[in-house]
Amino acid sequence: MSLRPVTSESLPVRIVLIACAVGFLGLFLLVPLGLVFVEALRRGGSVFLAALTDRHALSAIRLTLFAAAIAVPLNTLFGIAAAWLITKFRFKGRTWLLALIDLPFAVSPVIAGLVWALIFGAQGWLGPWLAEHDIRIIFAVPGIVLATLFVTFPFVARELIPVMEMQGTDEEEAALTLGAGGWQIFRRVTLPNIRWGLLYGVLLCNARAMGEFGAVSVVSGHIRGKTNTLPLHIEVLYNEYQFSAAFAAATLLALLALLTLGLKSLLELRLGSHSSIRH
Amino acid sequence: MSISIQHLTKSFGSYRALDDVSLDVPEGSLTALLGPSGSGKTTLLRILAGLEFADPGGARILFDGVDVAQIPAGDRGIGFVFQHYALFRHMSVAENIGFGLSVLPASQRPPRKEIRERALDLLKRVKLDGLQDRRPSELSGGQRQRVALARALAVQPKVLLLDEPFGALDAQVRKDLRRWLRQFHDEIGLTTLFVTHDQEEALELADQVVVMRHARIEQSGAPQEIYDQPRTSFVYEFLGEVNKLPGDRYIRPHEIELKFAADEGVDLTGRVHRLFVAGPIARMGILPDSPAFQEIEVWAPREQVREMALTDGDLVGLRFPTFPRLPLKS
Amino acid sequence: MALIARRILPGYGLTLGITLAFLSSIVLVPLAALFLKAAGLGPSDWARILTSPRTLAAFRLTFGASAAAAGVSTVFGLLIAWVLVRYRFPGRRILDAMVDLPFALPTAVAGITLAQLYGPRGWMGQVLQALGIQGAYSPFGVFIALTFISFPFVVRTVQPVLEDLQPDAEEAAATLGANRLVTFRRILLPTLFPALLTGFTLAFARAIGEYGSVVFISGNLPFKTEILPLLIIGQLEQFHYSAAAVIAASMLLVSFTLLFLINLLQRRLVARSH
Repeated sequence: MSLRPVTSESLPVRIVLIACAVGFLGLFLLVPLGLVFVEALRRGGSVFLAALTDRHALSAIRLTLFAAAIAVPLNTLFGIAAAWLITKFRFKGRTWLLALIDLPFAVSPVIAGLVWALIFGAQGWLGPWLAEHDIRIIFAVPGIVLATLFVTFPFVARELIPVMEMQGTDEEEAALTLGAGGWQIFRRVTLPNIRWGLLYGVLLCNARAMGEFGAVSVVSGHIRGKTNTLPLHIEVLYNEYQFSAAFAAATLLALLALLTLGLKSLLELRLGSHSSIRH
Repeated sequence: MSISIQHLTKSFGSYRALDDVSLDVPEGSLTALLGPSGSGKTTLLRILAGLEFADPGGARILFDGVDVAQIPAGDRGIGFVFQHYALFRHMSVAENIGFGLSVLPASQRPPRKEIRERALDLLKRVKLDGLQDRRPSELSGGQRQRVALARALAVQPKVLLLDEPFGALDAQVRKDLRRWLRQFHDEIGLTTLFVTHDQEEALELADQVVVMRHARIEQSGAPQEIYDQPRTSFVYEFLGEVNKLPGDRYIRPHEIELKFAADEGVDLTGRVHRLFVAGPIARMGILPDSPAFQEIEVWAPREQVREMALTDGDLVGLRFPTFPRLPLKS
Repeated sequence: MALIARRILPGYGLTLGITLAFLSSIVLVPLAALFLKAAGLGPSDWARILTSPRTLAAFRLTFGASAAAAGVSTVFGLLIAWVLVRYRFPGRRILDAMVDLPFALPTAVAGITLAQLYGPRGWMGQVLQALGIQGAYSPFGVFIALTFISFPFVVRTVQPVLEDLQPDAEEAAATLGANRLVTFRRILLPTLFPALLTGFTLAFARAIGEYGSVVFISGNLPFKTEILPLLIIGQLEQFHYSAAAVIAASMLLVSFTLLFLINLLQRRLVARSH
C-alpha cells in the first residue's frame, strides 16, 4: 500500500487518464493545426507565397478587414452600453434582456445570414424597393457586414457583464458624490477597472468577425474579388481542388486564432481567472 | 482505543508543519489540540485520520499498540468531522449518515433497510429525529454539525476526530453544542480528539489539553494544570489575559488583589485608568507609579470596586498574593 | 427601494436606448422577419416542407449527430477538465490554452482541415479505412466535426467547478471507507452533474447550428449527410425563400424548446442542492 493522498488516484490510473486526455487533444487539436501548415507548404514556399499575394486573396483579406472594422466597433459600443445598463441598474425585464442579448449564440450562422436575405434579398420584404433605387445589400458588402454584426453581437457584452457585475457600483457612486459627471465616471472610474475584460471581449469579437463563414456565405454570393471574405475565398479554392492555395490562405486565419489564444492566455494571467471564448 | 504518537514530523515543501511531535492519548479521553493557526494542530489531526502522511523516518502512530501509518483512512477505524462538515449536498440527511455503511464491501454491507434504520437511530441520538429527509442545505449550522457527527459515528469508529468542531457557529449555538458534546462524550466514552484555537473551549471541554505552537507541543496536561502551571510564557499568554511584569514574570488579572494605596502589604501603587464595570466583574487598567512596570490589567469583584468608590484617576494599591511566577522556560 | 437606489448613476436612458436600438435592429427585427416569412405559409405547406423525406433525414442527422457529439464531448470534456485540473504533467499549460482552439479557429479552416485529415487520403482517414470505417463523407464525418467544435464547451464549463471544488467531501468519503471509484460515482459525479449538463447543452446548441466545419467533411449527400443548415442554403439557392424560412424557423423552435427544457431541469437540480 503506497502512501498517496486520499483525494488522488494511483499512478497507473493517472497515467492512463492523462494518456487518454492528451491523446484526444492531440488528435482533435494538434494534428489538425499541424495539418494546416503541412498542407499549405506541401508544394513549396513559392506556391504558398503566390497563394497569399494572389489578387483575389488580397481583396478577400481587404474585405475581411473591412467587415471586421465596422462590426467590431459597433458591437463594442453596444456591449459597453448593454453592460452598463444591465449591471448598474435594476429594472423590469432585465433577465429577459440578458437572454435576448445571448440569443444570437443559439442561432445557426446560416440562419443569421438567411434573416438578412429575407429582408433585403430580391424576394425579401424590401427587395423590390431596393431594386428600384439600385441599392444592393444582399450579395454585396453591406450584407456581409450585417451578417457579421449578427453573429458577433453578444461577444463584448458577454465578457463585460460578469466583470462589471462583480465590481458593483460602489466606486461609481463614490465618484458621483465627488461631483463627477456620467462620462467622467465611465472614463476615469469604470473603464480602468474593466479594460482587460473589454480588450478580451473585443479580441473574441474580432476573431469571430474575421473567421465567420456560414452567415457570410449565405449573403455574399461568392463574387470573386468583390464579395469573398477570406473564409469564403478558402472555400472557393478548396472546392476548385487548389488545396495548397486553400491551406495557404487558411494559415492566415489559423495564425489569427493562435494569436487570439496567445493574447487570451496573457489576459487571463492579468485577469487571474479562467474564462473562455464562447461560441 | 488509546493512541500513541511518536516522533512525528511533517513538512510541506520547506515549511515544517510538525516537528518531532510525540503524544499519548489515553483510551476514552477527550483531548483538545489547542493552538494558534499554523501551529500544526490540524495537520496532526489529519495525519491521525490518514488524510496526510508523516515524513518518512522514525515516526510511529500506534492505535492500541498497532502501527497504522500504512493503513488507509477508511480502514483505520476513525470517524472524522470536518470543519465545514463536508456533508454531501446531493444526499438527504439519512443518506449522508448511511453513506459509510453503504460503501462497505457487499459481504459486510447491511441491507438497505437496516442502513436506514441505523441512520434514523443515530439521528435520534444526536437529537435530530424527523429531519432524515432534509437536504444539508435545509439545516442550520448546529444541525449540520450534528449530522456530520452522526455520519462519522455510523461506521462505529474507535476514535473520533473533530476539526474545529464549533468554528463556524454563532456564539450561542457554540456554547450549547459544546456542553452537549461533553455530555455525549461522557455517554459513549469514545476516545476523542478535537482541534480548536479557542482556549476557553479547550479548557471547558477537554480532559487533556495539548497546547501547540510552531509545529511543536508546548505543553500538555489536564486543563487546570495547564491553566495554573503554564510551563512557558506562550502558554501563559495563550490561555487567557495575563500581565507581564519585569523579569519575565506573569500574573493573571484576577490573581491580583486590589487594595487602598495606604493599606498594608501593598506591592505596588498606581492610578486607576479606564475602569469598566458593566459585567460580573470590574475590569480596569492600573498605571503603576514605578516606571519599571507597564500598565497592569486588574479584575476585581464589582462590590469591592463599589465599596472602595473607585473612579478613574484614583490612587490604589496592588498586592500579588501568588506572587509572580516565572515560567519554567520561555 | 433597490430599484430607486440603482438609478442613482447616470446613463440609464442613453444605455437603454442604445441597447434596445441595436438589439432590435440587428437581432429581433431580422428574427421576426424570419418567423413572419415562415408564418406566411399555411399549415399544409409547413407540413409538406417539414415531412418531405429529405427534410426529415436532415433533421434526424442534425439532431442525432449533435446529440452524439455532445454526449461524447461530455465524456471527454470531463476527462480533459479532470486531467488539466488534478494532474501536473509536462505540456499541461499549453494544452490548457489549446482547448479553446475550436472556438478561435474559423470554421472554414476547421472544415477543410478535418475533411483533408479524415478523407480517403488523409492520415486519419486511412487509419479508419483500415478499420473498415468511412471517415469523411459519412454521418460519422459529421459527428467528428461536431465533436471537434463542441467539446471545449464541456471542458470550460466543468473546469472552473472542479477548480473550486473543496477536497473535504472527497476526504469525508475516504474516511467513511469509500474507494476512489465509489467516491467518483457517488460524490463527484453528482456534484459535477449540473456543470456537465450545462456543458452538454452548450455543446448541443452549438452543434445543431454548425455549418462551416461540417460542410467540407460531410460530402453533403441529400438523405445521407445533408445537415439542416445546408438544406436551408440549398433552398435559398433555388430561391425557395419561404421553404428556407420554414425549415429555419422550425429548427430554431425545436432547439429553443430543447434548450428551455434542459434549462428547466438544470434549475431544479441546482435548487435541490443549494
